[in-house]
Amino acid sequence: MRWVGEAMSEPVIQVMDASKTFDGRGVLDAIRLDVMRGETLVILGGSGSGKSTLLRLMIGNVQCDGGDILAFGKSLRTMTPAELDGYRKSVGVLFQSGALFNSMTVADNVALPLREHTGLAEHTIDIMVKIKLELVGLRQHADKMPAMLSGGMKKRAGLARAIALDPKVLFYDEPSAGLDPVTSAEIDQLIMDLNKKLGVTSVVVTHEMGSAFRIADRMVLLDRGKFIAEGTPERMRSHPDPLVHQFVLGLAEGPLTDRRRAGGYEEDLLGPLEGI
Amino acid sequence: MRMNVALRPLVLALNSTAGFFRFMGELTYLIGDAAAGVGRSLFHKQGRRLGWANLWAQMNRVGVRSIPIVCLVTFCIGAILALQMAPILRDYGAGDRVADIISLAIGRELGPLISAVVLTGFAGASIAAELGTMVVSEEIEALEAQAIDPIRFLVVPRVLATTVMTVCVCVVGDLVGGIGGMVVAHLALGTSAIQYFHHSFDALKLRDFITGLAKAGVFGLLISALACRLGLGVTGGAQGVGVATTRTVVTTIVAVISVDLLFTAVFYAVGW
Repeated sequence: MRWVGEAMSEPVIQVMDASKTFDGRGVLDAIRLDVMRGETLVILGGSGSGKSTLLRLMIGNVQCDGGDILAFGKSLRTMTPAELDGYRKSVGVLFQSGALFNSMTVADNVALPLREHTGLAEHTIDIMVKIKLELVGLRQHADKMPAMLSGGMKKRAGLARAIALDPKVLFYDEPSAGLDPVTSAEIDQLIMDLNKKLGVTSVVVTHEMGSAFRIADRMVLLDRGKFIAEGTPERMRSHPDPLVHQFVLGLAEGPLTDRRRAGGYEEDLLGPLEGI
Repeated sequence: MRMNVALRPLVLALNSTAGFFRFMGELTYLIGDAAAGVGRSLFHKQGRRLGWANLWAQMNRVGVRSIPIVCLVTFCIGAILALQMAPILRDYGAGDRVADIISLAIGRELGPLISAVVLTGFAGASIAAELGTMVVSEEIEALEAQAIDPIRFLVVPRVLATTVMTVCVCVVGDLVGGIGGMVVAHLALGTSAIQYFHHSFDALKLRDFITGLAKAGVFGLLISALACRLGLGVTGGAQGVGVATTRTVVTTIVAVISVDLLFTAVFYAVGW
Protein backbone atom coordinates (compact mmCIF):
# COMPACT_ATOMS: atom_id res chain seq x y z
CA MET A 1 0.00 0.00 0.00
CA ARG A 2 1.34 3.43 -0.92
CA TRP A 3 1.55 5.93 1.92
CA VAL A 4 -0.19 9.26 1.49
CA GLY A 5 2.50 11.70 0.32
CA GLU A 6 5.04 8.99 -0.49
CA ALA A 7 5.73 10.24 -4.00
CA MET A 8 7.03 13.65 -2.88
CA SER A 9 10.35 14.77 -1.31
CA GLU A 10 11.73 14.15 2.17
CA PRO A 11 9.12 13.72 4.95
CA VAL A 12 9.42 15.80 8.13
CA ILE A 13 6.56 14.07 9.94
CA GLN A 14 5.44 10.50 9.33
CA VAL A 15 2.22 9.14 10.77
CA MET A 16 2.65 5.37 10.82
CA ASP A 17 -0.53 3.35 11.40
CA ALA A 18 -1.55 5.68 14.21
CA SER A 19 -4.71 4.78 16.11
CA LYS A 20 -6.48 6.63 18.89
CA THR A 21 -9.47 5.69 21.01
CA PHE A 22 -11.38 7.86 23.48
CA ASP A 23 -13.67 6.12 26.00
CA GLY A 24 -13.76 3.00 23.86
CA ARG A 25 -14.70 4.95 20.71
CA GLY A 26 -12.19 4.72 17.87
CA VAL A 27 -11.28 8.20 16.59
CA LEU A 28 -8.34 7.32 14.35
CA ASP A 29 -7.91 3.92 12.77
CA ALA A 30 -4.36 2.95 11.72
CA ILE A 31 -3.80 5.98 9.52
CA ARG A 32 -0.68 6.67 7.49
CA LEU A 33 0.49 10.07 6.32
CA ASP A 34 3.75 11.74 5.34
CA VAL A 35 4.12 15.49 5.69
CA MET A 36 6.75 16.64 3.16
CA ARG A 37 9.27 19.40 3.78
CA GLY A 38 8.09 22.83 2.56
CA GLU A 39 4.59 21.80 1.52
CA THR A 40 1.24 23.12 2.74
CA LEU A 41 -0.78 20.04 3.58
CA VAL A 42 -4.48 20.49 4.31
CA ILE A 43 -6.25 17.84 6.36
CA LEU A 44 -9.95 17.96 5.55
CA GLY A 45 -12.78 16.30 7.36
CA GLY A 46 -16.20 16.88 8.86
CA SER A 47 -16.90 17.49 12.54
CA GLY A 48 -15.84 14.48 14.60
CA SER A 49 -13.81 12.94 11.77
CA GLY A 50 -10.67 12.90 13.94
CA LYS A 51 -8.69 15.68 12.25
CA SER A 52 -8.08 17.75 15.40
CA THR A 53 -7.04 14.57 17.25
CA LEU A 54 -4.56 13.85 14.45
CA LEU A 55 -3.13 17.35 14.87
CA ARG A 56 -2.78 16.84 18.63
CA LEU A 57 -0.99 13.55 17.99
CA MET A 58 1.43 15.27 15.60
CA ILE A 59 2.29 18.06 18.07
CA GLY A 60 2.87 15.52 20.85
CA ASN A 61 0.05 16.73 23.15
CA VAL A 62 -1.72 13.37 22.86
CA GLN A 63 -0.10 9.92 22.59
CA CYS A 64 -1.39 7.44 20.02
CA ASP A 65 -2.68 4.07 21.29
CA GLY A 66 -1.33 2.11 18.33
CA GLY A 67 1.23 2.81 15.63
CA ASP A 68 3.71 5.66 15.88
CA ILE A 69 4.54 9.16 14.71
CA LEU A 70 8.02 10.06 13.54
CA ALA A 71 8.98 13.73 13.80
CA PHE A 72 12.21 14.56 11.97
CA GLY A 73 12.94 10.82 12.02
CA LYS A 74 12.42 10.35 15.78
CA SER A 75 9.52 8.49 17.35
CA LEU A 76 7.24 10.69 19.49
CA ARG A 77 6.38 7.62 21.58
CA THR A 78 9.95 6.98 22.68
CA MET A 79 11.13 10.58 23.00
CA THR A 80 12.38 11.62 26.43
CA PRO A 81 10.66 14.71 27.94
CA ALA A 82 13.71 16.79 26.97
CA GLU A 83 13.58 15.52 23.38
CA LEU A 84 9.84 16.21 23.22
CA ASP A 85 10.47 19.77 24.47
CA GLY A 86 13.12 20.14 21.76
CA TYR A 87 10.64 18.96 19.11
CA ARG A 88 7.94 21.32 20.40
CA LYS A 89 10.35 24.24 20.20
CA SER A 90 10.90 23.42 16.52
CA VAL A 91 7.20 23.53 15.65
CA GLY A 92 4.54 26.23 16.04
CA VAL A 93 0.84 25.73 16.66
CA LEU A 94 -2.06 28.09 15.96
CA PHE A 95 -5.02 26.88 18.00
CA GLN A 96 -8.61 27.29 16.89
CA SER A 97 -9.35 30.01 19.44
CA GLY A 98 -5.89 31.56 19.18
CA ALA A 99 -5.31 30.37 22.79
CA LEU A 100 -3.67 33.64 23.79
CA PHE A 101 -2.87 34.04 27.47
CA ASN A 102 -5.57 36.45 28.58
CA SER A 103 -3.58 37.89 31.47
CA MET A 104 -0.77 39.10 29.16
CA THR A 105 -0.57 41.74 26.45
CA VAL A 106 -0.18 40.68 22.82
CA ALA A 107 3.54 41.54 22.98
CA ASP A 108 4.04 39.49 26.15
CA ASN A 109 2.24 36.56 24.54
CA VAL A 110 4.67 36.62 21.62
CA ALA A 111 7.63 37.22 23.92
CA LEU A 112 6.77 34.29 26.21
CA PRO A 113 8.47 31.47 24.23
CA LEU A 114 11.50 33.71 23.66
CA ARG A 115 11.77 34.50 27.38
CA GLU A 116 11.29 30.88 28.32
CA HIS A 117 13.57 29.20 25.79
CA THR A 118 16.27 31.68 24.85
CA GLY A 119 18.80 33.56 26.92
CA LEU A 120 18.21 36.72 24.88
CA ALA A 121 18.31 40.14 26.51
CA GLU A 122 14.99 41.90 26.97
CA HIS A 123 15.67 44.60 24.37
CA THR A 124 16.53 41.90 21.77
CA ILE A 125 13.29 40.12 22.62
CA ASP A 126 11.41 43.42 22.16
CA ILE A 127 12.88 43.79 18.66
CA MET A 128 12.01 40.19 17.76
CA VAL A 129 8.46 40.63 19.04
CA LYS A 130 8.04 43.73 16.85
CA ILE A 131 9.32 41.81 13.82
CA LYS A 132 6.90 38.93 14.41
CA LEU A 133 3.97 41.27 15.00
CA GLU A 134 4.84 43.23 11.85
CA LEU A 135 4.79 39.96 9.88
CA VAL A 136 1.18 39.39 10.93
CA GLY A 137 0.22 43.09 10.72
CA LEU A 138 -0.31 43.64 14.44
CA ARG A 139 2.62 45.87 15.45
CA GLN A 140 0.28 48.74 16.39
CA HIS A 141 -1.64 46.46 18.76
CA ALA A 142 1.31 45.13 20.76
CA ASP A 143 0.17 46.61 24.06
CA LYS A 144 -3.45 45.50 23.84
CA MET A 145 -4.88 42.72 25.96
CA PRO A 146 -6.35 39.72 24.07
CA ALA A 147 -9.87 40.62 25.24
CA MET A 148 -9.61 43.87 23.23
CA LEU A 149 -8.88 42.05 19.94
CA SER A 150 -11.29 40.83 17.27
CA GLY A 151 -11.42 37.14 16.30
CA GLY A 152 -9.15 37.63 13.29
CA MET A 153 -6.66 39.68 15.30
CA LYS A 154 -6.53 36.99 17.99
CA LYS A 155 -5.64 34.41 15.32
CA ARG A 156 -2.93 36.67 13.93
CA ALA A 157 -1.52 37.26 17.41
CA GLY A 158 -1.59 33.49 18.00
CA LEU A 159 0.25 33.07 14.73
CA ALA A 160 2.88 35.64 15.74
CA ARG A 161 3.42 33.64 18.94
CA ALA A 162 3.59 30.37 16.97
CA ILE A 163 6.41 31.73 14.77
CA ALA A 164 8.30 33.36 17.66
CA LEU A 165 10.95 30.62 17.76
CA ASP A 166 11.22 30.36 13.93
CA PRO A 167 9.65 26.90 13.69
CA LYS A 168 10.30 24.40 10.92
CA VAL A 169 6.70 23.20 10.88
CA LEU A 170 3.55 25.22 11.56
CA PHE A 171 0.29 23.52 12.56
CA TYR A 172 -2.99 25.36 12.14
CA ASP A 173 -6.18 24.13 13.82
CA GLU A 174 -9.20 25.53 11.91
CA PRO A 175 -7.53 28.88 11.11
CA SER A 176 -10.64 30.28 9.36
CA ALA A 177 -13.26 29.06 11.83
CA GLY A 178 -15.61 31.79 12.98
CA LEU A 179 -14.12 34.49 10.74
CA ASP A 180 -15.85 36.59 8.10
CA PRO A 181 -14.88 35.83 4.48
CA VAL A 182 -12.51 38.80 4.14
CA THR A 183 -10.68 38.11 7.41
CA SER A 184 -10.57 34.43 6.49
CA ALA A 185 -8.97 35.30 3.13
CA GLU A 186 -6.46 37.55 4.96
CA ILE A 187 -5.49 34.70 7.27
CA ASP A 188 -5.11 32.40 4.25
CA GLN A 189 -2.86 34.96 2.57
CA LEU A 190 -0.84 35.17 5.78
CA ILE A 191 -0.40 31.38 5.85
CA MET A 192 0.82 31.43 2.23
CA ASP A 193 3.12 34.39 2.87
CA LEU A 194 4.67 32.75 5.93
CA ASN A 195 5.11 29.56 3.96
CA LYS A 196 7.04 31.45 1.30
CA LYS A 197 8.88 33.98 3.51
CA LEU A 198 9.92 31.59 6.27
CA GLY A 199 10.10 28.43 4.18
CA VAL A 200 8.14 26.48 6.79
CA THR A 201 6.15 23.31 6.29
CA SER A 202 2.46 23.93 7.06
CA VAL A 203 -0.15 21.45 8.23
CA VAL A 204 -3.65 22.94 8.21
CA VAL A 205 -6.67 21.23 9.69
CA THR A 206 -9.89 22.68 8.33
CA HIS A 207 -13.30 22.00 6.85
CA GLU A 208 -13.55 25.37 5.07
CA MET A 209 -13.20 24.35 1.44
CA GLY A 210 -12.62 27.86 0.05
CA SER A 211 -9.73 28.35 2.41
CA ALA A 212 -8.39 24.84 1.75
CA PHE A 213 -8.31 25.35 -2.03
CA ARG A 214 -6.55 28.71 -1.65
CA ILE A 215 -3.66 27.47 0.47
CA ALA A 216 -3.17 23.75 -0.20
CA ASP A 217 -0.35 22.15 -2.14
CA ARG A 218 -1.86 18.82 -1.21
CA MET A 219 -5.03 17.68 0.53
CA VAL A 220 -6.15 14.61 2.42
CA LEU A 221 -9.74 13.87 3.44
CA LEU A 222 -10.36 12.15 6.75
CA ASP A 223 -13.64 10.34 7.29
CA ARG A 224 -14.52 8.30 10.39
CA GLY A 225 -10.87 7.98 11.40
CA LYS A 226 -9.52 6.95 7.97
CA PHE A 227 -8.12 8.78 4.96
CA ILE A 228 -10.42 8.28 2.00
CA ALA A 229 -8.80 10.61 -0.54
CA GLU A 230 -5.53 12.36 -1.20
CA GLY A 231 -4.20 14.65 -3.90
CA THR A 232 -3.70 18.12 -5.26
CA PRO A 233 -6.62 20.58 -5.09
CA GLU A 234 -7.32 19.92 -8.82
CA ARG A 235 -7.41 16.18 -8.27
CA MET A 236 -9.71 16.53 -5.28
CA ARG A 237 -12.12 18.71 -7.26
CA SER A 238 -12.52 15.98 -9.90
CA HIS A 239 -12.33 13.00 -7.52
CA PRO A 240 -14.56 10.11 -8.65
CA ASP A 241 -15.66 9.08 -5.12
CA PRO A 242 -19.17 10.57 -4.57
CA LEU A 243 -18.45 11.10 -0.86
CA VAL A 244 -15.34 13.15 -1.65
CA HIS A 245 -17.26 14.95 -4.37
CA GLN A 246 -20.02 15.91 -1.94
CA PHE A 247 -17.60 17.11 0.75
CA VAL A 248 -15.33 19.04 -1.57
CA LEU A 249 -18.17 20.81 -3.35
CA GLY A 250 -20.24 21.23 -0.17
CA LEU A 251 -23.38 19.61 -1.64
CA ALA A 252 -26.54 19.16 0.44
CA GLU A 253 -27.30 15.74 -1.09
CA GLY A 254 -24.97 12.75 -1.31
CA PRO A 255 -23.54 9.78 0.60
CA LEU A 256 -22.71 11.86 3.70
CA THR A 257 -26.32 13.01 4.14
CA ASP A 258 -27.60 9.51 3.31
CA ARG A 259 -25.40 8.14 6.08
CA ARG A 260 -26.76 10.63 8.61
CA ARG A 261 -30.35 9.85 7.58
CA ALA A 262 -29.72 6.13 7.92
CA GLY A 263 -29.42 6.47 11.68
CA GLY A 264 -32.97 5.21 12.33
CA TYR A 265 -34.32 8.71 12.96
CA GLU A 266 -38.01 7.83 12.61
CA GLU A 267 -37.72 4.87 15.00
CA ASP A 268 -35.75 7.01 17.40
CA LEU A 269 -38.36 9.74 17.23
CA LEU A 270 -41.42 7.53 17.54
CA GLY A 271 -39.95 4.84 19.79
CA PRO A 272 -40.90 6.38 23.16
CA LEU A 273 -44.49 6.95 21.97
CA GLU A 274 -45.07 3.21 21.84
CA GLY A 275 -44.74 2.97 25.58
CA ILE A 276 -47.33 5.68 26.30
CA MET B 1 -29.65 -9.62 38.60
CA ARG B 2 -30.55 -9.67 42.32
CA MET B 3 -26.87 -10.31 43.05
CA ASN B 4 -25.94 -7.21 41.08
CA VAL B 5 -28.39 -5.06 43.04
CA ALA B 6 -27.07 -6.44 46.32
CA LEU B 7 -23.50 -5.75 45.28
CA ARG B 8 -24.19 -2.24 44.05
CA PRO B 9 -23.48 -0.42 47.36
CA LEU B 10 -20.24 -2.37 47.71
CA VAL B 11 -19.20 -1.52 44.15
CA LEU B 12 -20.08 2.14 44.74
CA ALA B 13 -18.10 2.18 47.97
CA LEU B 14 -15.10 0.55 46.26
CA ASN B 15 -15.32 3.00 43.35
CA SER B 16 -15.49 5.96 45.73
CA THR B 17 -12.52 4.67 47.71
CA ALA B 18 -10.54 4.09 44.53
CA GLY B 19 -11.52 7.57 43.32
CA PHE B 20 -10.41 9.10 46.62
CA PHE B 21 -7.02 7.38 46.54
CA ARG B 22 -6.56 8.26 42.87
CA PHE B 23 -7.33 11.91 43.66
CA MET B 24 -4.93 11.86 46.63
CA GLY B 25 -2.24 10.28 44.44
CA GLU B 26 -2.68 12.95 41.77
CA LEU B 27 -2.62 15.66 44.43
CA THR B 28 0.58 14.26 45.94
CA TYR B 29 2.12 14.05 42.47
CA LEU B 30 1.15 17.65 41.79
CA ILE B 31 2.63 18.87 45.09
CA GLY B 32 5.81 16.84 44.45
CA ASP B 33 6.08 18.18 40.93
CA ALA B 34 5.47 21.73 42.15
CA ALA B 35 8.13 21.32 44.86
CA ALA B 36 10.61 20.08 42.27
CA GLY B 37 9.69 23.03 40.07
CA VAL B 38 10.31 25.65 42.78
CA GLY B 39 14.05 25.74 42.17
CA ARG B 40 13.67 25.75 38.40
CA SER B 41 10.99 28.42 38.53
CA LEU B 42 12.71 30.86 40.83
CA PHE B 43 16.40 30.33 40.39
CA HIS B 44 16.87 29.01 36.86
CA LYS B 45 18.55 31.54 34.62
CA GLN B 46 15.90 31.56 31.90
CA GLY B 47 12.78 31.24 34.04
CA ARG B 48 13.77 33.82 36.63
CA ARG B 49 12.54 36.98 34.91
CA LEU B 50 9.03 35.70 34.63
CA GLY B 51 9.10 33.66 37.84
CA TRP B 52 9.59 36.58 40.25
CA ALA B 53 7.12 38.91 38.55
CA ASN B 54 4.59 36.11 38.41
CA LEU B 55 5.15 35.27 42.07
CA TRP B 56 4.75 38.90 43.23
CA ALA B 57 1.59 39.27 41.17
CA GLN B 58 0.13 36.13 42.74
CA MET B 59 1.14 37.18 46.27
CA ASN B 60 -0.58 40.51 45.74
CA ARG B 61 -3.69 38.85 44.36
CA VAL B 62 -3.89 36.10 46.96
CA GLY B 63 -2.63 37.80 50.09
CA VAL B 64 -2.62 41.57 50.02
CA ARG B 65 -6.18 41.89 48.78
CA SER B 66 -7.50 39.45 51.38
CA ILE B 67 -6.02 41.33 54.35
CA PRO B 68 -9.00 43.72 54.92
CA ILE B 69 -11.45 40.79 55.01
CA VAL B 70 -9.24 38.74 57.33
CA CYS B 71 -8.86 41.80 59.61
CA LEU B 72 -12.62 42.36 59.70
CA VAL B 73 -13.41 38.70 60.43
CA THR B 74 -10.70 38.15 63.05
CA PHE B 75 -11.56 41.44 64.77
CA CYS B 76 -15.16 40.29 65.04
CA ILE B 77 -14.14 36.82 66.23
CA GLY B 78 -11.88 38.32 68.92
CA ALA B 79 -14.70 40.61 70.04
CA ILE B 80 -17.27 37.79 70.02
CA LEU B 81 -15.01 35.52 72.09
CA ALA B 82 -14.51 38.30 74.63
CA LEU B 83 -18.23 39.02 74.81
CA GLN B 84 -19.07 35.33 75.27
CA MET B 85 -16.50 34.79 78.01
CA ALA B 86 -16.75 38.08 79.87
CA PRO B 87 -19.80 37.20 82.04
CA ILE B 88 -18.47 33.76 83.05
CA LEU B 89 -14.96 34.99 83.82
CA ARG B 90 -16.37 37.96 85.72
CA ASP B 91 -18.44 35.57 87.88
CA TYR B 92 -15.26 33.68 88.75
CA GLY B 93 -13.46 36.95 89.42
CA ALA B 94 -11.06 36.26 86.56
CA GLY B 95 -12.16 38.92 84.11
CA ASP B 96 -8.58 39.87 83.34
CA ARG B 97 -7.89 36.34 82.05
CA VAL B 98 -9.98 36.94 78.94
CA ALA B 99 -6.76 38.03 77.19
CA ASP B 100 -5.09 34.67 77.97
CA ILE B 101 -7.92 32.69 76.43
CA ILE B 102 -8.31 34.90 73.35
CA SER B 103 -4.60 35.01 72.56
CA LEU B 104 -4.30 31.22 72.82
CA ALA B 105 -7.51 30.52 70.90
CA ILE B 106 -6.66 32.91 68.10
CA GLY B 107 -2.89 32.29 68.00
CA ARG B 108 -3.12 28.50 67.95
CA GLU B 109 -6.44 27.85 66.29
CA LEU B 110 -8.72 30.55 65.00
CA GLY B 111 -6.11 32.77 63.33
CA PRO B 112 -4.85 30.06 60.95
CA LEU B 113 -8.33 28.60 60.46
CA ILE B 114 -10.03 31.91 59.64
CA SER B 115 -7.15 32.94 57.37
CA ALA B 116 -7.48 29.61 55.56
CA VAL B 117 -11.25 29.92 55.14
CA VAL B 118 -10.98 33.48 53.80
CA LEU B 119 -8.15 32.49 51.45
CA THR B 120 -10.17 29.50 50.25
CA GLY B 121 -12.56 32.04 48.80
CA PHE B 122 -9.95 34.58 47.75
CA ALA B 123 -7.26 32.28 46.43
CA GLY B 124 -8.71 28.78 46.06
CA ALA B 125 -11.86 29.66 44.14
CA SER B 126 -10.14 32.19 41.90
CA ILE B 127 -7.19 29.87 41.13
CA ALA B 128 -9.53 26.99 40.25
CA ALA B 129 -11.72 29.24 38.06
CA GLU B 130 -8.69 30.83 36.37
CA LEU B 131 -6.92 27.55 35.59
CA GLY B 132 -10.21 25.92 34.57
CA THR B 133 -10.90 28.73 32.12
CA MET B 134 -7.36 28.37 30.77
CA VAL B 135 -8.04 24.66 30.16
CA VAL B 136 -11.30 25.44 28.35
CA SER B 137 -9.72 28.16 26.18
CA GLU B 138 -6.83 25.84 25.15
CA GLU B 139 -4.25 27.99 26.99
CA ILE B 140 -2.84 25.01 28.92
CA GLU B 141 -2.53 23.04 25.69
CA ALA B 142 -0.83 26.05 24.09
CA LEU B 143 1.69 26.15 26.95
CA GLU B 144 2.49 22.46 26.49
CA ALA B 145 2.77 22.94 22.72
CA GLN B 146 5.38 25.63 23.40
CA ALA B 147 7.36 23.28 25.66
CA ILE B 148 6.41 25.32 28.74
CA ASP B 149 5.58 23.15 31.73
CA PRO B 150 2.21 24.31 33.15
CA ILE B 151 3.22 23.03 36.59
CA ARG B 152 6.31 25.23 36.72
CA PHE B 153 4.72 28.17 34.95
CA LEU B 154 1.29 28.23 36.62
CA VAL B 155 1.17 25.93 39.64
CA VAL B 156 4.49 26.78 41.34
CA PRO B 157 3.90 30.56 41.67
CA ARG B 158 0.35 30.01 42.89
CA VAL B 159 1.29 27.37 45.46
CA LEU B 160 4.27 29.39 46.75
CA ALA B 161 2.30 32.65 46.88
CA THR B 162 -0.68 31.10 48.66
CA THR B 163 1.48 29.22 51.19
CA VAL B 164 3.59 32.27 52.07
CA MET B 165 0.66 34.68 52.10
CA THR B 166 -1.53 32.43 54.29
CA VAL B 167 1.23 32.61 56.92
CA CYS B 168 1.54 36.41 56.52
CA VAL B 169 -2.22 36.93 56.62
CA CYS B 170 -2.38 34.69 59.70
CA VAL B 171 0.11 36.96 61.55
CA VAL B 172 -2.04 40.00 60.75
CA GLY B 173 -5.19 38.05 61.72
CA ASP B 174 -3.68 37.03 65.08
CA LEU B 175 -2.86 40.64 65.85
CA VAL B 176 -6.21 42.09 64.79
CA GLY B 177 -8.13 39.29 66.59
CA GLY B 178 -6.27 40.23 69.77
CA ILE B 179 -7.20 43.87 69.27
CA GLY B 180 -10.86 42.90 68.83
CA GLY B 181 -10.76 41.06 72.16
CA MET B 182 -8.97 43.98 73.79
CA VAL B 183 -11.58 46.51 72.73
CA VAL B 184 -14.39 44.42 74.24
CA ALA B 185 -12.36 43.58 77.35
CA HIS B 186 -11.78 47.30 77.87
CA LEU B 187 -15.42 48.27 77.31
CA ALA B 188 -17.11 45.34 79.11
CA LEU B 189 -14.59 44.42 81.80
CA GLY B 190 -12.60 47.61 82.20
CA THR B 191 -9.30 45.86 81.42
CA SER B 192 -6.65 48.34 80.29
CA ALA B 193 -4.80 47.84 77.02
CA ILE B 194 -1.44 47.41 78.79
CA GLN B 195 -2.91 44.84 81.18
CA TYR B 196 -4.50 43.02 78.25
CA PHE B 197 -1.25 42.81 76.29
CA HIS B 198 0.73 41.72 79.36
CA HIS B 199 -1.71 38.86 79.88
CA SER B 200 -1.68 37.99 76.17
CA PHE B 201 2.08 37.74 75.95
CA ASP B 202 2.30 35.85 79.24
CA ALA B 203 -0.18 33.25 78.01
CA LEU B 204 0.96 32.93 74.41
CA LYS B 205 4.34 31.26 74.15
CA LEU B 206 6.50 31.52 71.03
CA ARG B 207 5.81 27.80 70.51
CA ASP B 208 2.05 28.44 70.35
CA PHE B 209 2.53 31.22 67.85
CA ILE B 210 4.81 29.10 65.64
CA THR B 211 2.39 26.18 65.86
CA GLY B 212 -0.34 28.43 64.48
CA LEU B 213 1.89 29.70 61.68
CA ALA B 214 2.95 26.16 60.74
CA LYS B 215 -0.72 25.23 60.49
CA ALA B 216 -1.36 28.29 58.32
CA GLY B 217 1.47 27.28 55.99
CA VAL B 218 0.08 23.77 55.57
CA PHE B 219 -3.42 25.18 55.02
CA GLY B 220 -2.05 27.50 52.33
CA LEU B 221 -0.36 24.58 50.61
CA LEU B 222 -3.59 22.56 50.75
CA ILE B 223 -5.74 25.41 49.41
CA SER B 224 -3.50 26.10 46.43
CA ALA B 225 -2.70 22.48 45.59
CA LEU B 226 -6.38 21.48 45.65
CA ALA B 227 -7.38 24.53 43.61
CA CYS B 228 -4.67 23.85 41.01
CA ARG B 229 -5.52 20.15 40.80
CA LEU B 230 -9.27 20.74 40.41
CA GLY B 231 -8.78 23.71 38.08
CA LEU B 232 -6.42 21.84 35.75
CA GLY B 233 -8.79 18.85 35.76
CA VAL B 234 -11.72 20.82 34.30
CA THR B 235 -13.68 19.16 31.52
CA GLY B 236 -16.86 20.22 29.78
CA GLY B 237 -16.60 23.98 29.23
CA ALA B 238 -18.08 26.74 31.36
CA GLN B 239 -20.17 24.33 33.40
CA GLY B 240 -17.02 22.38 34.28
CA VAL B 241 -15.36 25.58 35.52
CA GLY B 242 -18.34 26.24 37.80
CA VAL B 243 -18.27 22.68 39.15
CA ALA B 244 -14.49 22.85 39.77
CA THR B 245 -14.82 26.16 41.63
CA THR B 246 -17.57 24.85 43.90
CA ARG B 247 -15.69 21.59 44.49
CA THR B 248 -12.55 23.54 45.35
CA VAL B 249 -14.28 25.58 48.06
CA VAL B 250 -16.09 22.60 49.59
CA THR B 251 -13.16 20.15 49.37
CA THR B 252 -10.69 22.71 50.71
CA ILE B 253 -12.78 23.63 53.76
CA VAL B 254 -13.30 19.95 54.60
CA ALA B 255 -9.60 19.21 54.04
CA VAL B 256 -8.44 22.21 56.10
CA ILE B 257 -10.65 21.29 59.06
CA SER B 258 -9.65 17.61 58.86
CA VAL B 259 -5.95 18.48 58.77
CA ASP B 260 -6.48 20.95 61.61
CA LEU B 261 -7.98 18.17 63.74
CA LEU B 262 -5.02 15.94 62.87
CA PHE B 263 -2.55 18.68 63.79
CA THR B 264 -4.31 19.41 67.08
CA ALA B 265 -4.39 15.71 67.98
CA VAL B 266 -0.68 15.31 67.20
CA PHE B 267 0.28 18.45 69.15
CA TYR B 268 -1.86 17.26 72.06
CA ALA B 269 -0.18 13.84 71.99
CA VAL B 270 3.33 15.30 71.99
CA GLY B 271 2.40 17.84 74.67
CA TRP B 272 2.65 21.01 72.53
